Amino acid sequence: MSEFLDAITGGLQAGLGYQAIFFVLLAVGLNVHFGYTGLLNFGQAGFALLGAFGVAVSVVRWDLPFWVGIVIGLAAAVLLALLLGLPTLRLRADYLAIVTIAAAEILRLVFRSVGATAVTGGTRGLSGFNADFVALAPWAGGRQYDILGTRWSGAQLWLALVGWTLVALTSLLVWSLMRSPWGRVVKAIREDEDAARSLGKNVYAYKMQALVLGGVIGSLGGTVYALGLGSVNPDQYQNANTFLAYTALILGGAARIWGPILGGTILLFLVQFADTGLKALISNGIIPESLLSPTDVASLRFVLIGVGLMALLVFRPQGILGDRREVMLDAR
Amino acid sequence: MTHAPDRVRRHGLRPRPRITRRQNGTGSTPGFRGRRPLVLTLLVAALATVFAVLLPGVAQAEGEQVLGTLSTSRSGPIEGVTITVTSADGKEAGKAQTDASGQWSVDLPGPGQYTVTINAGDLPDNVKLGTGGDTREVNVASGRAQPVNFGLSDGTTGGGGGGAGKVIQLLVDGLRFGLLIAMCSVGLSLIFGTTGLTNFAHSELVTIGAVVAWYLNVQAGMPLIWAGVLALFIGAIVGALNDLAIWRPLRRRGTGLVAALVVSIGLSLALRYVIQIIFGGRSRPYVGYQNQRAIDYGLFSLTNRALASIIISVIVLVLVALMLQRTKIGKAMRAVADNRDLAASSGINVDRVILFVWALGGALAALGGILLGLSDSVQWDMGYRLLLLMFAGVTLGGLGTAYGALIGSLVVGIFVQVSTLVIPSDIKYVGGLLLLIVILVIRPQGILGSRVRVG
Amino acid sequence: MPAEPSPTTGSSAFHSGDAPRRLAQTALRSVPWEIGVAKPDPAVVVDGVTRTFGGLTAVSVDHLEIQRGGITGLIGPNGAGKTTLFNLLTGFDQPDTGTWSFDGRQLGKLSPHQVARLGVVRTFQLTKALSRLTVLQNMLLGAQGQRGEGFFRALVPGVWRGQEKANTERAMDLLARFKLDAKKDDFAGTLSGGQRKLLEMARALMSDPKVVMLDEPMAGVNPALTQSLLGHVKDLREQGMTVIFVEHDMDVVRDISDWVVVMAAGRVIAEGPPESISQNRAVVDAYLGAHHDAPLTVEEEDQVLAEAEREIAREENLDGEVFSSDVPPQERTEK
Repeated sequence: MSEFLDAITGGLQAGLGYQAIFFVLLAVGLNVHFGYTGLLNFGQAGFALLGAFGVAVSVVRWDLPFWVGIVIGLAAAVLLALLLGLPTLRLRADYLAIVTIAAAEILRLVFRSVGATAVTGGTRGLSGFNADFVALAPWAGGRQYDILGTRWSGAQLWLALVGWTLVALTSLLVWSLMRSPWGRVVKAIREDEDAARSLGKNVYAYKMQALVLGGVIGSLGGTVYALGLGSVNPDQYQNANTFLAYTALILGGAARIWGPILGGTILLFLVQFADTGLKALISNGIIPESLLSPTDVASLRFVLIGVGLMALLVFRPQGILGDRREVMLDAR
Repeated sequence: MTHAPDRVRRHGLRPRPRITRRQNGTGSTPGFRGRRPLVLTLLVAALATVFAVLLPGVAQAEGEQVLGTLSTSRSGPIEGVTITVTSADGKEAGKAQTDASGQWSVDLPGPGQYTVTINAGDLPDNVKLGTGGDTREVNVASGRAQPVNFGLSDGTTGGGGGGAGKVIQLLVDGLRFGLLIAMCSVGLSLIFGTTGLTNFAHSELVTIGAVVAWYLNVQAGMPLIWAGVLALFIGAIVGALNDLAIWRPLRRRGTGLVAALVVSIGLSLALRYVIQIIFGGRSRPYVGYQNQRAIDYGLFSLTNRALASIIISVIVLVLVALMLQRTKIGKAMRAVADNRDLAASSGINVDRVILFVWALGGALAALGGILLGLSDSVQWDMGYRLLLLMFAGVTLGGLGTAYGALIGSLVVGIFVQVSTLVIPSDIKYVGGLLLLIVILVIRPQGILGSRVRVG
Repeated sequence: MPAEPSPTTGSSAFHSGDAPRRLAQTALRSVPWEIGVAKPDPAVVVDGVTRTFGGLTAVSVDHLEIQRGGITGLIGPNGAGKTTLFNLLTGFDQPDTGTWSFDGRQLGKLSPHQVARLGVVRTFQLTKALSRLTVLQNMLLGAQGQRGEGFFRALVPGVWRGQEKANTERAMDLLARFKLDAKKDDFAGTLSGGQRKLLEMARALMSDPKVVMLDEPMAGVNPALTQSLLGHVKDLREQGMTVIFVEHDMDVVRDISDWVVVMAAGRVIAEGPPESISQNRAVVDAYLGAHHDAPLTVEEEDQVLAEAEREIAREENLDGEVFSSDVPPQERTEK
C-alpha cells in the first residue's frame, strides 16, 4: 500500500515539477505549430536544446548573468526557426517534418561532438549555472518543504512557480492570438494553404511567424529544464522528447489552450506512476525479475508512450478536451 | 527524468568499444582535444564511426573494470598487447593481454583514479599510437566498466597514402554505405509513393531484420547466409503484417496523412524499445565475420565482408529494378505509385499491390539491416540511427520514386564518407543532413522528382 | 477560322437590371470570332504563356484577352489545360514562358496572395472550404486589409474590434444572400457539396474582387442548387465584376456566358459568343476527336490527351492528398 502511495506522490511530483513544465512548454509550442497552424515540427527538442545551452554556455563559459543567457537562448531559437523555415515553409508539410528532425539531430550531434567540447562541454555537458537563479527565490533554496506528501526543495518550488507562471503567460499569449484575426488566418492555413493564399493571405509569412513563436516557447521549456536540473547535456535533448511532447499535446487535445497543459501534466504523472509502480512490483517479487528487470522499466515507458500515441490517434484523436466531430472533419 | 536512463545507457559500459576518439567521460582531457586532425586519419573500422557517435552501452551492476579493444582497419584486431593499470598511489592494480579479437579488460579493486598504460612495443610495426601517448588517466566511478581508448593509427588513411588514395578509399566506403542506405530506402520510397505514408517505423524494419538474423546466427547457430535468407523472409512477413494489422485498417478508416505519420512515429518508438528490452542495449556482432582484415586492392582496401556487402546490394537492387520494370506486379506498383485511382480504375487490385510493396520494403530493409550489422554490429537502435539518412536519400531523389531513392541514397552515402575529409568524423552524419537541407533549398522536388503543381 | 458575327440574342432584354450585361455584350458584339482577337476593354491580357509538365505541353496560349464586366466561359475537353491556365493566372503555378496582366499590371512574378490582393480571386475545382472553421469565420477570412491580421496588432483587440464588427455585418449580408446565414456557426466541413461551393463563392466576394475566376462552380452540385448558383454568377456581372469560369455543361455555358473560349491540348482553338461555338468545326473536332485535316490521328490525339491527363493527375496527387481514397476518382482527375 505504501508503495502505491509512493507511486502516486512520485507521479504528482513529476506531474507538477520542472520535468512536466518542460514537456508542457514544448507542447504549448507544438500546439502553435501543429495544433493551430498545421506545421509538422518534429524537432522541438532542438529548440529546447538551444534554450538550455543558451543559459548554460552564457553563464559557465562567458560569465554572463543568467537572464542574458535566457535572452541568448531565445534569440538562438528565433534564428533556428528562421533557418528551418526559410527553405521548407514553401514546400509540402512533410518536408518540414524531415528537416526539423534532421536539424534537431544535427544540433545534438554538433553540441556533443569533441570539437564543440570547449563551448558545450561535449558529452559531459555543463553544470553549475543556476545558482544565481536559485538565489532569487524569495525563500530558502536549500530547505525542504512537504506539500501533500510530496517533498520539494525550496529551489524546486521556486522553479515550479516560475515555470508554471511561464506556462500561464505563454498560454495567455497563444489564447489572445488565436481568438484574433491573426489566429483565424493561421487556422485557415492549417485547413488549406491554397485557400488562404487565394484570399490574399501571405501564407509563408504567417507560417514563419508561427514557427518562430512555437519554437521560442519550446526553447523556454529547455531553459526551465536546464535551470531545474542544474546541468545540461546534449543527450537530454534527444528527439524522443519531441514525440513525448506530441503525445502530451494529443492526449490533452490539440488546438485547445488547456490541451498541452493538461496533457503534459497527466502524461508525466502516468509515466512516473508507472515507473515507480513497476519498480516496486519488481522489488516485491510480484513481477519476476527474469521477466522484467528494473532497467527494462525505463524502456517499457517508451513502449507504452509509443503504443499510447498510436492508440490515441486511432481511437481518440481529439484527446481529452477536443471535439470528436471537429477532428473528424480533418482531411489532412 | 526521461533522460536519465539514456544517459546511463550511453555513458555506461560499451561491451565492445570501438577505437574512436570519442571516449565517454574523458572527452575533455587535453590529449584528446589536440588529436582532432588525426582523427580523420584514424583507423576505426571505417564505417563504424557513423554510429560510434551514438553507441549505447549498458550499465553493468557489479565490479569496477577498465576495458577496451585494440584494432585497426588494416591490421584487424591486435592480439598479445600488454595493458597495465596502476592506481593513483602508483601500485599496479592489474594487467591484461589483448585476446584474438583485440579485446582486453582489467578488473579493479574499487572506484577511483587509475592510469592505464599500453606497451607500445607489443604493437605491430605499422600501427602507431596517437598523440595521446601510451598512457591514459581514467576516473572509474563506482560499479562502472570504464572503456579506455588508445588512438591507434595504421596509416591506411593518413600518412604517406596521400590525398587521391584517401578520396578513393572514402568513395568506395561511401558507395558501400550508400548502397546499404538505398536498400533500406527503396521500400520507404515505394511505400510513400503508393500510400502517401511517411513511414517513420521503417527504421524498425531494418533493426528487426538484423536482430532476427543475429538470433538465428548466434543463438541458433545457423550460418549467417542462411540466417540472413530466413531473416529476409521474416522481414517480408513483418512488413506485410505492418500493412495488414495497421495501415490497411487505417486507410479504410480514412485516417489523414498527418495522423498516419504520427501513428508511425508511435509505432517506431514502441517497436524500438521493445527490441531494446528483448535484445538489450549492447551491440553484438554476427559470428564468424568480425575479425576480417582489409585486403589491399591497390587504390583502396576492403574487408571481404564489405566487398560482399557491395556485391549483394548491387545484385539485389538490380533485381528490384528489373522487377519494377519487367514484371506485372512491378508495373502495377509503379502504376499505383503514379496514380492510385487511375490504377484502381484500370483493374489493379491496389490493396494487394500495397501489401506487396510492404513485403518488399520489409525484406529489403531487413537485408539492409543485416548488411549493416555485418559491417558494424547489431544494435537495438541501428535502424533508427540510419532513418534520417534514409529520409535524406529519399528526399534527395524525389519523394515517392524508387529510382530516385536509389540515386539519392548513393549520393548521401558517398557524401557522408567523403565529407570526413573536411569535417571531423564524429559529426560526418551532420554533413548528410545538411546536404538534405541544402538540396531542399535548391531543388525541392529532388533529383528525379518533377515540379509540383498546385490547385 | 473567322465567321460572320450573328445578331445577338440579348437585344430584346432591355430592363434596367441587365444594363451592365448589355454593356459587355454590346461591346463584344462587334468583335470578330477570331482566336486571340483584341477586346474593346480587356481586363486580363495573356501573352505567349506556355507551361509544360515533363515534355507535355499543358498550356500554350499565344494571345488571349478577357473583356471587363463580362462573363467569359472557358471550355474544353479533359486535359485541355483550363485549370492549369487558371493556376498560372492566379500565381499558383509558374509558366515556362509568357506574360499576363490585369488592368495593365503585369502579374507574372506575383505570388498567389499578391494576385488576390489586386482583386483577382479564384475558387477551386475541388472546393476548399476551411473545414474546421465555422461558416462565418470562413467569410471573415475573405475580408482584405484586416488590421488584426498582423502579429502584434492582433494582441491589442482594441485595434481590430471595430473593423471586425463591420466585416461581420457584411459577411452576414452576403451569407443571407447565399442563404447560408442559418449555418453561420456550423463548421464548414459539415456543409453539403453545393453549400460549400456557395460558401466559397461568397467568401471570394468578401474581398470585393474585380475579377472572379470560378473553376467548375457547378461540378458536383445538385440540380436544385444549380439555378441558385447560376443566379449568383449572373449577379456578379450585374455588380460590374469580370467573371471567368470553367465549365463542362454546355447548357450552362450557353445560358450565362457573354463570350466563350475553347481550349484543347493546351491551346485556344476557338473563341466567340456562345452561339458561335457549337458551329465551330475545330471545337467539334476537339470534342469528337475526328477531323481529316487535323495533324494528329485519333489515336495520337487520344494518347496525348490521356498522357496529359495522367501527368496532371499525378501532379495533383503529389500535392498532398488524403491517406484514404475516399474522394471519388472522378473528382480527382481533371475533367
